[in-house]
Amino acid sequence: MTTTLATSAAGTGLGDLLGHDFMRHAFIAGVPIAVLAGAVGYFMVLRSQVFSGDALSHVAFTGALGALAAGIDARLGLFTATVAVAVILGLLGNRGRADDVVIGTIFVWVLGLGVLALSVYGSGARATANGAAGVNILFGSIFGLSRPQAATAALIAVILLLITVSSARPLLFASLDERVAAARGVPVRALGVGFLVIVGATAAEATQAVGALLLLGLLSAPAGAAQRLTDRPYLAMALSSCLAAASMVIGLTASYLLPKVPPSFGILAVASGLYALTFLATPRRHRDRSHPTDLPPEPADEPGVVSPRT
Amino acid sequence: MRASTGDLEPRLTWNIVADIHQVLEFPFMVNAFRAGFIVAVLSGLVGWFMVLRRQSFAGHTLAVVGFPGAAGAVLIGVSATWGLFAFALAAGVLIGLVPASGTRGYSEESAVTGTIQAFALACGFLFVNLYGGSLNGATALLFGSFLGITADQVTVLAVVAVCALGVLAAIWRPLYFATLDADVARARGVPVRALSIVFLILLGCAAAEVSQITGSLLVFALLVIPAATAQELTPRPGVSAILTVVIGVAVTWGSLFAAYYSSSYPIGFFLTTFAFAAYLAANGWQRLTRRTGAGARALP
Repeated sequence: MTTTLATSAAGTGLGDLLGHDFMRHAFIAGVPIAVLAGAVGYFMVLRSQVFSGDALSHVAFTGALGALAAGIDARLGLFTATVAVAVILGLLGNRGRADDVVIGTIFVWVLGLGVLALSVYGSGARATANGAAGVNILFGSIFGLSRPQAATAALIAVILLLITVSSARPLLFASLDERVAAARGVPVRALGVGFLVIVGATAAEATQAVGALLLLGLLSAPAGAAQRLTDRPYLAMALSSCLAAASMVIGLTASYLLPKVPPSFGILAVASGLYALTFLATPRRHRDRSHPTDLPPEPADEPGVVSPRT
Repeated sequence: MRASTGDLEPRLTWNIVADIHQVLEFPFMVNAFRAGFIVAVLSGLVGWFMVLRRQSFAGHTLAVVGFPGAAGAVLIGVSATWGLFAFALAAGVLIGLVPASGTRGYSEESAVTGTIQAFALACGFLFVNLYGGSLNGATALLFGSFLGITADQVTVLAVVAVCALGVLAAIWRPLYFATLDADVARARGVPVRALSIVFLILLGCAAAEVSQITGSLLVFALLVIPAATAQELTPRPGVSAILTVVIGVAVTWGSLFAAYYSSSYPIGFFLTTFAFAAYLAANGWQRLTRRTGAGARALP
């Protein structure tokens, strides 16, 4: 609902806003990407896999720059690198979750390769323009999307969102109580690897909007806020998507009104601000649980009904 | 940033001693080696605890927070060192404090950490834009440059490192206890929570130090990989802590040496690659000995 409010306000109050091609393209690509990031981010936070998302976002940088250095489309490199590393991380870990030291060791090396690609690509004849490309990949250039680029990004985001929503039920079960889910015949390991692949593809998508370094905020802030606001899983997922979309719309509009503010900063500032507000709104909600555990202590039969901590 | 070596075109010969003499003829390289040593020792020991405490994500966040710190300091016209330390310390305290006010669960903490990281980087990008959009400045802050380290900077690095190592030595035993078994330590009256915040502050200090050489994005390489490698090799805490420092110094000096002789590739690439190669070798060795039944991992 926040989304529609923000959109209509922007539409009526700032009639000029959608008159520009670059703004229209930014909205066409940005809103579906934000909705996707909200939904995927919800599961990522629920499964305590934010660090994997962090790793995949840095891998996106290497993928894009590697592709540019090799002279092919950056998006091809983005998706190849993130999906490949997601599969590796998924297979290395126990039940599709890798150890954080292993994750850190792998991604920092991949990032080192990205630095190499940046120096190879940045030392060409058009060094200044190429250096700018590196910064664009790190921090996003959503105002620079062409119409076909925006349409492709939106289409891929919708497809990924459909996959996420359609696998939401088993994924939720496996995330809330892995052992019971495995005992009930849910393919926990395959789900874990598949989910990381979706996170990787989402990272590749979001890189085009807010950049490789900042997409973690779009994944974790709306999801964290939604989890503070409600205990009901499906509602929280929808809320997370709405908050992400609202951040996107408000951030893009703010950056349009204040030219000194880069769009990715606007988006991230709104998302982080909304998350900070939820700390004020629900100060000590879950104080009763004293042990930080990944899984709820009591076994859950129905994933939709039982949601002890989320 | 490579201009100062580009004209000289140093050549690597087979005489290693002569090569090292040649490298050390340049004061900036001597400073780089000194700074690399200080940074590797501090980040090795702090990183050893970080790996043991499974706080890689917090460590990575504290590492990248240096970027907005340095960019903000440049924007308001003070030395980047101040900004680096101010932001890293503030973020350390914030990560230590925020989860306590809400859920104690891990998912909440990681969501907060991720948000802080992304927002801090976004701030850094804003600062760079406000400063006038010098893109080269941004890449230097993110990916580092070891060529411009002055003797004064080495002194600052050394003073901070000695202070941080002093604090770490003072809290070593209770911190180790709290890391291995937080519940028992709490029951025995160890201030687990305070120790955790002090440790995050130390982690911030180490990250701020390292980022002056490797840049904000690759700090994490020196924090995590030497410690992970050493803990693969031996389960004994004292030995693996010393091994961490040795590996860290070797990797840093080796990559400085390699970066000096290959004028077109950045130090970050060598640093991460050497460290990763060491980790893979240790991991392979560990698998080999485990198969023959000789080694056993005792670390949690």
